[in-house]
Amino acid sequence: MKTIQLTIDNLPISVPEKTTIMEAAQTIGIHIPRLCYHPDLSVEGACRICVVEVEGARTFQTSCSTEVQAGMNIRTNSPEIRQARRDLIELILDNHPRECQTCERDGQCELQNLAYSLGVRERLFEGKRKQFPIENSSLSVVRDSEKCILCHRCIRVCSEIQGVHNLSQMHRGVKNVVAPAFEAPLKDSVCINCGQCINVCPTAAFLEQRSTDEVWQALADPGKHVIAQIAPSIRAAIGEGFGLAPGTPATLQTVTALRRLGFDTVFDTNFGADLTVVEEAHEFIGRLEKNENLPLLTSCSPGWIKYLEHFFPELIPHASSCSSPMTMLSVLLKTYYAEIKSLDPKDIYVVGIMPCTAKKFEIQRPEHRTAGGLPYTDAVLTTRELIWMIKAYGIDFTKLSEEDFDSPLGFSSGAADIFGATGGVMEAALRTVVEKLTGESLKNLNFTQVRNAEGLKEASLKVAGKTLNVAVANGLTNARAILEKVKSGEKQYHLIELMACPGGCIGGGGQPYPPAGRHILDKEIHKLRAQALYTIDQKKQVRKSHDNPYIKELYEKYLSHPGSEKARHLLHTKYFPRNPRGVK
Amino acid sequence: MTTKTEYTLHPDIVSFIETCLQKEHSESYLMDILHKIQDKYGYLSEEHMYEVAQRLQVPASTVSGVSTFYHFFRLQPRGKYAISVCMGTACFVKGADKVLNAFQTELGIGLGETTKDGMFSLENTRCLGVCGLAPVVTINEQVYSRVTLQQVSELINRILNKDVEKTT
Ligand code: SF4
Ligand code: SF4
Ligand code: SF4
Ligand code: FES
Repeated sequence: MKTIQLTIDNLPISVPEKTTIMEAAQTIGIHIPRLCYHPDLSVEGACRICVVEVEGARTFQTSCSTEVQAGMNIRTNSPEIRQARRDLIELILDNHPRECQTCERDGQCELQNLAYSLGVRERLFEGKRKQFPIENSSLSVVRDSEKCILCHRCIRVCSEIQGVHNLSQMHRGVKNVVAPAFEAPLKDSVCINCGQCINVCPTAAFLEQRSTDEVWQALADPGKHVIAQIAPSIRAAIGEGFGLAPGTPATLQTVTALRRLGFDTVFDTNFGADLTVVEEAHEFIGRLEKNENLPLLTSCSPGWIKYLEHFFPELIPHASSCSSPMTMLSVLLKTYYAEIKSLDPKDIYVVGIMPCTAKKFEIQRPEHRTAGGLPYTDAVLTTRELIWMIKAYGIDFTKLSEEDFDSPLGFSSGAADIFGATGGVMEAALRTVVEKLTGESLKNLNFTQVRNAEGLKEASLKVAGKTLNVAVANGLTNARAILEKVKSGEKQYHLIELMACPGGCIGGGGQPYPPAGRHILDKEIHKLRAQALYTIDQKKQVRKSHDNPYIKELYEKYLSHPGSEKARHLLHTKYFPRNPRGVK
Repeated sequence: MTTKTEYTLHPDIVSFIETCLQKEHSESYLMDILHKIQDKYGYLSEEHMYEVAQRLQVPASTVSGVSTFYHFFRLQPRGKYAISVCMGTACFVKGADKVLNAFQTELGIGLGETTKDGMFSLENTRCLGVCGLAPVVTINEQVYSRVTLQQVSELINRILNKDVEKTT
């Protein structure tokens, strides 16, 4: 590859050809401000905040979309450039609500940060602003178009990474707005509730549906037995909200924090993950024996499941009928646990702490309700919401001691921890499936061939004389690629793990916004979070779901055996084709 | 949002979409298809746009975005009385924009829209070539010349009264 020599801010540098000015500046530690740019998305070049001065050029150049050329002499911070950027931000602010103090993104807003760092200290113009109502129809995502700066990152993430294509620009001029087809409410659109639009949005124009009010209320109600359950990926990311380095595991500090907040009991979604593995392995082996409905498609990710229902309804029979780990655990809490503790299920309030906005939708599905019509899970908080509650309470997270989960639904194998990362569900399932098929104890539990998929990964394994073809996909554009192959019959797969979000749950739509200077969906951060989970797994005594003694006890005392009638009734679910039908 | 699975587009348009699908970059024929639908039905309904999305396999959000970007696409059927204000230079100079505004306020609809009861729709046209009569408004086939702001509500009321007479 050719190298290009150029000068940025008087520093001579050389970079490979086709590097953009923005990337070149990054190599010498200069972060050029940006709004519409995201490294994983196509370049839009719309906001112009990233302008730089290129000697000899008649106009300022947008550094995100301009490639370096030999001999370029670039200034990233001349007074004229600083003024130009300030002018652009002032123009955006003129048409932006003056609401920072009451805004959910106060302190974590890219627009606010830019206004501050570029030295905007007054609002010159207080004219008429664009006006749009808040779009509150979705169970997962809230849309405030007045705070939208039309950078279109959401449109691109929804199309390019998720393949959902739910969003587009409608109208033009002052009426220009980002919305689903026919400006339908999100609840009536093909939105799969993944929350990636929230992640990439630089402002508060996309946010999760907030559930903190109802949780505070339940915590204050002496008649309620409030139970928290924490998803695997929370422990790998929550520390970032308190300034800890990405990849710092904080499992037991989170347990302590939840007790301080007033939760009566703290259980681990991991227990549900172990149970899912045992049920799903049983389901898989059954299908393998009968050679029917293969490949089996995993079903833990509610964003992926809604995608399946809108975009690939013909593949619904392939999806595992297992409810998600969260839902399995919630069901047990209002049945099995309620019985052993002699509690009325009506008095139990279950809060799922999830990396995921689609979980807020999942808990409202009519399939996940008690016979009396109560939701099994009463509320879902995203990692971000829990971080906020801990801060709002005044808890100093970094000083917390480590407390253990409650028993018996707080114990888990290492296989459950890795559920939070792409490939983790596959690896956890393989640990059980391979032992069941061979009847022998596995020597090496690390199926590294399915770890750290950058979107898509395939592997073939020899098990008991059979070849198992497996695949792992994260981000639904990748899921679609593999599902098209399943449909065409190009390759015979046996087991496919699908997760809606890039990197798996650790990159979920409810995970912490990145620390300053890092970008959301940063693959390096995802790797560190995944590593945290693999480290926890490696250190555990029990690393196979079917070896979890409390899972064994659950079957002995309550469910009898995997796939039993009771297990099918309580732990398995159904999916339905949905309209509007999505276009791939 | 439409969720119908029964499709209703005219067979001619369906076969046009099918020929587009044979070509490279079939999605680039979206505009042509939408024009054909508007010519046939007078406007683009959600049902039809959704059907185009499915048949052409272009995201419905893209179809919807395109249809709202261009002013010449109508998204609602014309009213029983289609009001059209000439925006030619002569008419404009004589205050056609104010006349248009008056219609908008009077009817409570914007350009390209139709009143809820389906009675009136409002659009603007290019020069009709009768500049001597500026500003000119047409309602269905009828031409009204030198329209003043005061006449706007009169016109609407007259039509409404006549309409009642006719239908009773
Ligand atoms: S989106 Fe950002 S700039 Fe806008 S009100 Fe919220 S914090 Fe302030
Ligand atoms: S939640 Fe996901 S599917 Fe829905 S609009 Fe946002 S990015 Fe698209
Ligand atoms: S909603 Fe957010 S990401 Fe989407 S265009 Fe508006 S500001 Fe950008
Ligand atoms: S970041 Fe370069 S134009 Fe928006």
